[in-house]
Amino acid sequence: MTELYRGAWVVAYRDLLNYVSDRFRMVASLTFPLLFLAIFGGGFSDVIGRMAGGVDIVQFMYPGIIAQAVLTTSLFGGVSVVADRETGFLREILVAPVSRTGIVLGKVVGATAVALLQVLMLLLLAPVVGVPLDALTVLTLVPVVVTLSIALAGLGVLIASFAPSREGFQTAMWMLVFPMIFLAGVFFPVDRIPLWMEVLSKINPVTYGVDAVRQVLLGSQVAGAGLGVTVLGYSMTLVQEVALVGVIGVALVASASWAFGRDA
Amino acid sequence: MSIHTSDYTVELTSDKHATSEPARPAIIDVRALSRRFGPVEAVHDVTFRVGEGEVFGFLGPNGAGKTTTIHMLCTILRPTGGQATVGGFDVVDQRGDVRRSIGLVFQQTTLDDALTAEQNLRFHAYAYGVPADVRERRIDELLNLVELAERRGDRVRVFSGGMKRRLEIARGLLHRPRVLFLDEPTLGLDPQTRRRIWEYLAQLREREGLTVFMTTHYMDEAEQCDRIAVIDQGSIVALDTPVALKSAIGGDLITIATGDATAAASEIRERYRLSPIVTDGAVSFQVAEGGTFLPEFVRTFTQPLEAIGLRHPTLDDVFLTLTGRQIRDDAGNGSQSGSKGDRHD
Repeated sequence: MTELYRGAWVVAYRDLLNYVSDRFRMVASLTFPLLFLAIFGGGFSDVIGRMAGGVDIVQFMYPGIIAQAVLTTSLFGGVSVVADRETGFLREILVAPVSRTGIVLGKVVGATAVALLQVLMLLLLAPVVGVPLDALTVLTLVPVVVTLSIALAGLGVLIASFAPSREGFQTAMWMLVFPMIFLAGVFFPVDRIPLWMEVLSKINPVTYGVDAVRQVLLGSQVAGAGLGVTVLGYSMTLVQEVALVGVIGVALVASASWAFGRDA
Repeated sequence: MSIHTSDYTVELTSDKHATSEPARPAIIDVRALSRRFGPVEAVHDVTFRVGEGEVFGFLGPNGAGKTTTIHMLCTILRPTGGQATVGGFDVVDQRGDVRRSIGLVFQQTTLDDALTAEQNLRFHAYAYGVPADVRERRIDELLNLVELAERRGDRVRVFSGGMKRRLEIARGLLHRPRVLFLDEPTLGLDPQTRRRIWEYLAQLREREGLTVFMTTHYMDEAEQCDRIAVIDQGSIVALDTPVALKSAIGGDLITIATGDATAAASEIRERYRLSPIVTDGAVSFQVAEGGTFLPEFVRTFTQPLEAIGLRHPTLDDVFLTLTGRQIRDDAGNGSQSGSKGDRHD
């Protein structure tokens, strides 16, 4: 048990250390969500105007952008596994007296912590986009973001365990990230789109994460106003969405542990 | 003038279980260890023991199975046959205990070059559960030992190859291992750095009674080991002290150049009762004591001598005698002529 715990914390510690000592990466990781918000929000706000429930497009997109930042950061957390394999540092980790599952958990925890940091930074924008924030909202948001991040970091490590190279991993990631973002209700509600898109969106677990973040930030009435996610006519509650993402997350992290430890 | 040594008589036991025993109790005990990769047997039925405090070398060309063996002993590769214990722990069933008892320096660097020297060491201390009260003192001590104390806050990215290697040795010792494994520790380093690394190792051994297990294909490094196992194509072909290995293959080698090699060879055969061989116009033969034989030879030999060479046997000759091939891969110039069986492991 100590080998699991020690592995998890030492790996997470080092990933965080790498993140905070790399200012460029810190800044770069925030530009993408901000660009999305500025360009799409600015471009659409005049065209679309007010949406159901009295929210405008920027308010609608803002929670989605937060979820999108979590998605990108968490998935790309797996890149450190591939990079460590290429630089040789993975071997230093693998020969240490720590468990493989602990290492995977450490990668997941590290990515989740980085994602959470980014979310907190993006929350500073809430007044600018006209989303009211209070302490309770922020406290509710934390477990939602953590759950979503764990699931996606698990997926990232799972893919990284099979990726032959950093380039291969990144290609696979972008192939995954774009459909996951665009079919997750970040930019538009997923209930009023062509059927094929709607089906794909509702299979995409990120959709429920995006909607959960939205329900926390904009209040649960947006779901009632037709901006939420319904499955076969049933309107998902916040708790149900988080639980769903959590179950998928456990499965993904377990698969990642298996995949990462399989050659030992 | 090139000197050919293929005429050494084979007197060594080519028995694959050739074992000289360590002087002290065994800390590494390997029995019939094998590793197969698909159809290829990279390590075949290897048996040896390493005593506590010994510097033990694995000598062989690239692809001989050195790295595969070290990886099995370090628990990162499962053997497909046989057993091995390190520090009394089984390398398959007690991996955690083995890992805590060993320090490792791999052939390729395994540092995080985005972190500083100190951060790399601290990561290692955390990963191995080094208690907090001794951690910082240990880090200071080791950074001093490898002369990197002043660079402790620098990112590893800016370090030279030699500095990285020294840092890795320091890191490998941080959790006070009983055995330090070094896989080609000085590969690609310049001669001065190589010498320095050997000095650190000698110090550590004296101060801490550390056991060192290393692989190398440098003869001068193998010379510094207490005992060496010569490994070729996955099997140990000889195991003994460097002195014993060299003396087992016979005496010194003398090579002469004369105007008429054939006549010279026949005179050497008849007058001195030796067995010369002629290669490229040069005549080589072996005598027990080259230093005392030569003056007598120069005085009595009747043909005009153009050049004389005297050479004591080297581990290269040992390898050549045992395998019929040369080991060398001469330091960094990448020429691998003569080592036809190269197989990277």
